[in-house]
Amino acid sequence: MEVRLLLVNLIWLFLLLTGILVAGINGNVEVVTKASLEAAKNSVQIAIELVGIMALWLGIMRVAEKAGIIRLIAYFLRPVTGFLFPSVPKDHPAMASIVMNISANMLGLGNAATPLGLKAMKELQHLNDNKDTASDAMCTFLALNTSCITLIPATIIGVRAAAGSLDPTSIVGTTIFATVCATTAAVVSDRLFRAQWYGKNRGRTP
Amino acid sequence: MIMKLINEVSRWAIPLVFFIIPLIAFIRGVNVYEAFTEGAQEGFDTAIKIIPFLVGMLLAVGVFRASGAMDLFTRFLAPITGLLHIPGEVLPLALTRPLSGGGALGIAADLINSFGPDTYIGRLASTMQGSTDTTFYVLTVYFGSVGVIRYRYSLAVGLIADVVGFLASVFICNIVF
Repeated sequence: MEVRLLLVNLIWLFLLLTGILVAGINGNVEVVTKASLEAAKNSVQIAIELVGIMALWLGIMRVAEKAGIIRLIAYFLRPVTGFLFPSVPKDHPAMASIVMNISANMLGLGNAATPLGLKAMKELQHLNDNKDTASDAMCTFLALNTSCITLIPATIIGVRAAAGSLDPTSIVGTTIFATVCATTAAVVSDRLFRAQWYGKNRGRTP
Repeated sequence: MIMKLINEVSRWAIPLVFFIIPLIAFIRGVNVYEAFTEGAQEGFDTAIKIIPFLVGMLLAVGVFRASGAMDLFTRFLAPITGLLHIPGEVLPLALTRPLSGGGALGIAADLINSFGPDTYIGRLASTMQGSTDTTFYVLTVYFGSVGVIRYRYSLAVGLIADVVGFLASVFICNIVF
């Protein structure tokens, strides 16, 4: 198989190898063993915790789908989603999942956001011709998601309150400013990278 | 006032969703319980599918942090960020934020507690923590759940957003606080 110098390969290798080297030089190479076994254990724990939450949200989503609510939401948001996701058909169910995922993120409802987001990915995958490669719409969706517009940073407000802050919510305004900057940067760079991608791979499917 | 409203919205959002959707569905003749369990079945497969991707990512991130390589990297970058008037105390948080959500929250909580939540550092750390999501985790889980292994430019976009979010946090906190 052809080795691709994709960023994810490079960063993965960099993190792993530098980690092991530094541990070796510091004389505590055994932390590598411990950290790797912990990674294996934690992954399953995260996945198992997700099973129940996923079932809960995909259950309610299916009810909404059968009632026609999903189609209705997708219909009303066509102007926005059409601009962000030109490659997805206008009334496609993926649009509704995307919108609900982003709404959940904005409200700081992390538990609800992940299942809705994974459902959106599943629906985008149906539209994807090349199943092992990210589609344009997936890249845009994850650009929005990793930069995550947040209106209520609920967790950190909780941490601040617990630490005895006189004004735990004083950081809401600055957080919204920073998150809007990050999301704008994500959407713009997604567009630029996409244009560059097709420029480079002209005549070839991505 | 606005804060109160936003808080109320977030308190009511989920109960309202669980009230309105089944009610409308029932009125429109959907077998609500059947539909719910049918959808819920999907949850299991998706959650299990992400395990290999999570193991891979948590392995690299875990080794990098546990070995002390992260601290070394921070010290290496300190002179550069000093030039930009970025306090060195928040650098570990900035570097951990894209890699590990739990790790970043731990560092943020530590900064907030040791410097005080209402100090400049405490507020900057809070803003940084809330302003972006864990890029590596999101990409791993979301792409992993559908079996996509070629991320194209997604990681670059996520990291650019992280850097911009960090710089914007420093900028706005300098002005406001």
